[in-house]
Amino acid sequence: MAEVLVYVDHVDGAVRKPTLELLTLARRIGEPVAVALGGGAGDTAATLAEHGAVKVLTHEAAEYADYLVVPKVDALQAAVEAVSPAAVLVPSSAEGKEIAARLALRIGSGIITDAVDLEAGDEGPVATQSVFAASFTTKSRVSKGTPVITVKPNSAAVEAAPAAGSVEALAVTFSDQATGTKVTARTPRESTGRPELTEAAIVVSGGRGVNGAENFAIIEALADSLGAAVGASRAAVDAGWYPHTNQVGQTGKSVSPQLYIASGISGAIQHRAGMQTSKTIVAVNKDPEAPIFELVDYGVVGDLFEVVPQLTEEIKARKG
Amino acid sequence: MSLRIVVTVKYVPDATGDRHFADDLTVDRDDVDGLLSELDEYAVEQALQIAEDADDAEVTVLTVGPEDAKDALRKALSMGADKAIHVEDDDLHGTDAIGTSLVLAKAIEKAGYDLVISGMASTDGTMGVVPALLAERLGVPQVTLLSEVSVEDGTVKGRRDGDAASEQLQASLPAVVSVTDQSGEARYPSFKGIMAAKKKPVQSWDLEDLEIEAEEVGLEGAYTTVDAATERPARTAGTIVKDEGEGGKQLAEFLASQKFI
Ligand SMILES: Cc1cc2nc3c(=O)[nH]c(=O)nc-3n(C[C@H](O)[C@H](O)[C@H](O)COP(=O)(O)OP(=O)(O)OC[C@H]3O[C@@H](n4cnc5c(N)ncnc54)[C@H](O)[C@@H]3O)c2cc1C
Ligand SMILES: Nc1ncnc2c1ncn2[C@@H]1O[C@H](COP(=O)(O)O)[C@@H](O)[C@H]1O
Repeated sequence: MAEVLVYVDHVDGAVRKPTLELLTLARRIGEPVAVALGGGAGDTAATLAEHGAVKVLTHEAAEYADYLVVPKVDALQAAVEAVSPAAVLVPSSAEGKEIAARLALRIGSGIITDAVDLEAGDEGPVATQSVFAASFTTKSRVSKGTPVITVKPNSAAVEAAPAAGSVEALAVTFSDQATGTKVTARTPRESTGRPELTEAAIVVSGGRGVNGAENFAIIEALADSLGAAVGASRAAVDAGWYPHTNQVGQTGKSVSPQLYIASGISGAIQHRAGMQTSKTIVAVNKDPEAPIFELVDYGVVGDLFEVVPQLTEEIKARKG
Repeated sequence: MSLRIVVTVKYVPDATGDRHFADDLTVDRDDVDGLLSELDEYAVEQALQIAEDADDAEVTVLTVGPEDAKDALRKALSMGADKAIHVEDDDLHGTDAIGTSLVLAKAIEKAGYDLVISGMASTDGTMGVVPALLAERLGVPQVTLLSEVSVEDGTVKGRRDGDAASEQLQASLPAVVSVTDQSGEARYPSFKGIMAAKKKPVQSWDLEDLEIEAEEVGLEGAYTTVDAATERPARTAGTIVKDEGEGGKQLAEFLASQKFI
């Protein structure tokens, strides 16, 4: 069976969930061969094997952390040359898309970004994409070269599928471009203890209606009662009420949770672009005309300062 | 020596309009009003600021697109860019990201550059890959997705806020930079700027000027194929209640009925 390369997104050996989803999709096309780079690469093998990786190609070098993007492209290219895969799958993070694009150009292939589903097809893998702020769904495929496809988080279920996962060292020679952009300092993002926004099953977001940084405590309390991640509209972020890393929308994170709760958010097209594919959508807004109500499964027209705390109390009461 | 900045700007269908596909499954650019991609305004803004801080700099805006794409160039010129290049050719219809990056790279090389500045993503395709592709093609450092950027003594520095960490980056010119919408509000064109823009030079190049064969671009040259595009069915109308004092409890009841609690 043909092999499918899966680029592993990990933090010091801890594999992030979207990579495990890619393994599920890769198994629809062929046998997953994972590529893990940088510090802790070897530690990823057990998890990857549990989820279907037949092989894990690893390479550790300081270059991956010290320079931007290109060292990873060099490594992935080496893996493509070593394996001759049927496709290359990369998680759709900002960096993932850049790595995938440069790889595609080097190996003379086309690239598809932000797939939300993937199936095998007669002429190669068929990717489903959600475009124009999720108002259209397209089916496309790479028609030249080895398909390089980036896939959004929450596009498939994580499945256990034990495989060999044998670790092999990947031989990588860095290109002249590899050291072009130096990372001179790195400040890791502080963990809030809440789930990762893009991976969470439930996202609770606040917008301009929250009216102040201190009031986001109301949104956080609701999120915590549900074990959810916290999101924010750009208006709330621009006002300085919540960090940009939590922004949902076109220029923030794109989320596709089981449940999305929007409070004090009008539902502008750029916000919808990042949440419209959520399975169930709920909104609290005092304006009955707010466009967000066009999307909701359940909406409450009311003051979020009344409705949200009552909701949080009720959830706590029901959960006991 | 003068600092030559080329800003890549895209003319896109208005996101608040009714965007859709043409019969050949390319983005319909005829029936919807177009404009300079808002995310490329940030690139123009940073270019102008860098130019203002340099002793001697020239900002050229570059677009690849249909006839109407000139509107995007005019807007950028009225913001303060010095001159514009429009790459236009019937054979470009349907070009994908790989092809677009080829055309842009050839045009950038022909124009001459020390620094290329792009937006973080186009508001229609939203791929966010063209800047990385340009760096690969031009063989220069990629310093992308910056929320803060500065240029001094032939070095570009910036801050990239990633998923896991915020990074400080540094590279020597020539380089390709892209900036996010966190990089600073873009200026509005002044009346004086709008008047001045009318006299600024707009150069037109076609594929022959760039020594690109028609087969390398367009639908035929594309590396990807769209087989189908379907409008997402409108979400079925949900239940909307007015809060009469029990709104939070009603919402909890709904969430319980859907097994979220
Ligand atoms: C290129 C570009 C990219 C963009 N990217 C993004 C993006 O990634 N994400 C994003 O979110 N936006 C983005 N935007 C901005 C977007 O267009 C909107 O401006 C933004 O989403 C508005 O945020 P909001 O809904 O919080 O604020 P508003 O539109 O001001 O809405 C606030 C809502 O709160 C309600 N409200 C007020 N008080 C209360 C109360 N007490 N109780 C209940 N309801 C209340 C109001 O009725 C109103 O509907 C982008 C714009 C552009 C041009
Ligand atoms: N046709 C085009 N003409 C000029 N610049 C473009 C074009 N397409 C993309 N770009 C540039 O590349 C950036 C990223 O685009 P994309 O990869 O399509 O999301 C944009 O913000 C522009 O700066």
